[in-house]
Amino acid sequence: MMISLSEIQNILDNQNPEFLEELAQKAKHVKEQYFGRTISLYAPIYLSNFCSSHCTYCGFHSKNKIKRFKLTDEQMHAEMKYVSDQGIENILLLTGESYKATPLSYLKEAVDVAKQYFPSISLEVHPMQENEYRQLFEHGVDGITVYQETYDRARYKEVHCSGVKADYDFRLNTAERAAKGGMRNISLGILLGLSDNHAQDLHDLYQHLNYMEKHFPGVEYSLSFPRFQPIKGEKFTDKHVDDKTFVKIICLTRTLFPRVGINLSTREKPIIRDNILELGITKMSAGSNTSVGGYTQLEKQEQDPQFDIEDDRHLDDIVELLKKQNLDPVFTDWRRIENTTA
Amino acid sequence: MDTPLIIGGKAFANRFMLGTGKFKNKSDLADSIRSSKTEIVTVALRRIDIDRHEENILEYIPENITLMTNTSGARNAKEAIRIARLARESGCGNWVKIEVINDTKYLLPDNNETIKATEVLAKEGFVVLPYMSPDLYAARELVAAGAATVMPLGSLIGSNQGLKTKELIKILIEEIDIPIVVDAGIGAPSQAAEAMEMGADAVLANTAVATAENPALLAKAFSLAVEAGRLAYLSRLRAPQGQASASSPLTGFLHE
Repeated sequence: MMISLSEIQNILDNQNPEFLEELAQKAKHVKEQYFGRTISLYAPIYLSNFCSSHCTYCGFHSKNKIKRFKLTDEQMHAEMKYVSDQGIENILLLTGESYKATPLSYLKEAVDVAKQYFPSISLEVHPMQENEYRQLFEHGVDGITVYQETYDRARYKEVHCSGVKADYDFRLNTAERAAKGGMRNISLGILLGLSDNHAQDLHDLYQHLNYMEKHFPGVEYSLSFPRFQPIKGEKFTDKHVDDKTFVKIICLTRTLFPRVGINLSTREKPIIRDNILELGITKMSAGSNTSVGGYTQLEKQEQDPQFDIEDDRHLDDIVELLKKQNLDPVFTDWRRIENTTA
Repeated sequence: MDTPLIIGGKAFANRFMLGTGKFKNKSDLADSIRSSKTEIVTVALRRIDIDRHEENILEYIPENITLMTNTSGARNAKEAIRIARLARESGCGNWVKIEVINDTKYLLPDNNETIKATEVLAKEGFVVLPYMSPDLYAARELVAAGAATVMPLGSLIGSNQGLKTKELIKILIEEIDIPIVVDAGIGAPSQAAEAMEMGADAVLANTAVATAENPALLAKAFSLAVEAGRLAYLSRLRAPQGQASASSPLTGFLHE
């Protein structure tokens, strides 16, 4: 049975250190039983920062006067070869949300390049229609990441001022369209700190996941809990989620959804990342760069990233760290097969 | 005393099979293979990295072990078939454990799709070991489709719950003439022994071993338990009874 809002609230409000320790122990146990001591590794590649949505908290938003770039075919090869040479096999290709600058045809071209380097490709791009997801799936994309950011409609409207992202319901139904389009992996998430009612957001995310699991049981789901990071030149004030609450959210999620993946991003400081791995994390990005062309292109000197990463350790350091913690870094988690829908 | 287990024309003395997922490092896996003396291991094709040699799981599996590639990640028969073919093309041999799972919450196998994949792959010369929900009709169809064994689940994958499907597996043991390999949910050597005592031909375990503090030790314990259960089965041990029984309480009068 689904956990209730008041139960979640009670857990987040509980300041007893023994309670937190007990929750963490339980989460660790569940993680080990269902995933063993493994951590999957992936890396993001930013293809473009063109964006037609205005989201007050994001460095890429349409009103922000930053330099806009999108990778050419040649630059894509350079970026992807670089990341692949590091040992990464799971790639997440990202763009800003611009149907004009990065239309379906551009995404397909990027996927064509990515297929030459990576066995598993996921996209975090603008929401699309079911038939577009189907085309991408058949083209070789296996996963879609789409965060609702916050499930609080009023707050959502406040921070998503214009563009397609301002349409709450179109975004909410994206996961369903992606699943119908055939996607194997779907990642949902909330941007912690956008809404001040963390329990409500968490509850609604869980409900969304529950709905998806019930209607599209064949999809492998994962959840992400990026914490808000300040963006250069923005005066956005957030409703900060402190470390204890963050840990509780990870542990609670692990115990409630034993088989669902939980991603950890480079936004977290090393001390948090290192200590939280055992408490339910199944996948982390490593050696990340959040600028367009940030791995190999000169532009990185002149460009602002989407958000500042707190953990800029090289992939080798991350692997070393995992091994030191007796965790097995998993690079290969999929072998591409021809994707077809019935 | 015992006869070897025959699958796909090969004979095996050891009846414990090991899964290779979830180990915290590859040397624990190699140690577990050694200590258990297992002769058949299963590896997910999705986890085999043929390009990069440092972490290639196959390097930790000795040559004399029979490799059974599994189709983990397949959501229907078509995908399972593609994965099996890819495995064979990659040099992983023609033994395939078919896993068709279209429910990521319970990881229960889809028997219908599994039957379809078995039929195609068996015709293509694969030795097919299908993972299934223990259902008599499905098992019969798998036999007709050319399966080399059937692998009914004891309980949900990774759950360590043991033989929750015991009564259904007993029916398969009684009625199905190809080897019955109990797979999934076996969380302790005692549960493996129980499956063997009731007549299963082999047991496959993974999670319990991989997540133990000392995997190699537990792998050995599993292997011994499987052997003990097998010997008990061959001994035609008596089923346990709830109360003491007098020698001939009902028919004694006939001898007076």
